[in-house]
Amino acid sequence: MADEKHHIIPHKTLLMVLGVLIVLTLLSVAITQIELAQWSTAAALLLAGIKSTFVLLIFMHLKYDMRIFRVMVGLIIALIVVVMIVTMLDYFFR
Amino acid sequence: MSAHAHRDDIGSKLGMWLFIFTELLLFGGLFITYVVYRYMHPEAFHLASQELDVPIGTINTIILLISSATIAMSVTAIQQGKKKLTLTLIGSTIVLAAIFLVNKYFEWGAKFDHGIFPGSEYLDQLGYGDVLFFGLYFFMTGLHAFHIVIGMVLLGFIFYYVKTDRLKSDNFQLLENGGLYWHLVDLIWIFLFPLFYLIA
Repeated sequence: MADEKHHIIPHKTLLMVLGVLIVLTLLSVAITQIELAQWSTAAALLLAGIKSTFVLLIFMHLKYDMRIFRVMVGLIIALIVVVMIVTMLDYFFR
Repeated sequence: MSAHAHRDDIGSKLGMWLFIFTELLLFGGLFITYVVYRYMHPEAFHLASQELDVPIGTINTIILLISSATIAMSVTAIQQGKKKLTLTLIGSTIVLAAIFLVNKYFEWGAKFDHGIFPGSEYLDQLGYGDVLFFGLYFFMTGLHAFHIVIGMVLLGFIFYYVKTDRLKSDNFQLLENGGLYWHLVDLIWIFLFPLFYLIA
């Protein structure tokens, strides 16, 4: 338990993260307006993934919390991804 | 009881995360449903998605992101002992949530006016793909909006507790947990937005 003392995240950091999130949102809108065929969905999802990483690590303090929280969140996300992949394999190759 | 009431902040946070996991699995299941139906009806999903209002969706996304930032900032403020700023930030979050819901109301209202709602005759004529797209759209954004309402109530209580000094700089875990819940709501929207509004 290395990090017993509560880490205080400065307002400046939070506002910078907010700026990044808004820019990424506008970028994902812009990217889907131009024609990239099926890649635009992949790009929008990739940007959503980056955005959620920022939210999880900074806004939800995972970066500063005990490691066990990061491990658990990672496992849950992995679980959802695995179930999603298995389901998709089932439907795509039926 | 002495001044040393029993408290376990880490346990409290752990409990909140466990609850968040159940929420992630709930929405995860819905996202899987979405992926499968979209795979089965790509054209209909593509066309139906164009009915959605991208500017309103974008504005709502940004509103939710800002509200997420303000609640995160309130956790910082309470630790620094700035009560007034903490209250302002929690209050702003609740107001932004209300604006989000008002936008949602107009958005859904416009759909209803066009005869698009679950079980409508117009939608039935369009075929399975559209029924599925709008079924998922109304259910998932509706469930999300329901979470927003619950979050507003939760943050309302927390606002009151901070105001009456039940939550202070040395005892703010409830505020942090409320913040975690609010970020979850934001997190879900981060995926809902591109999947429903941005199918180019």
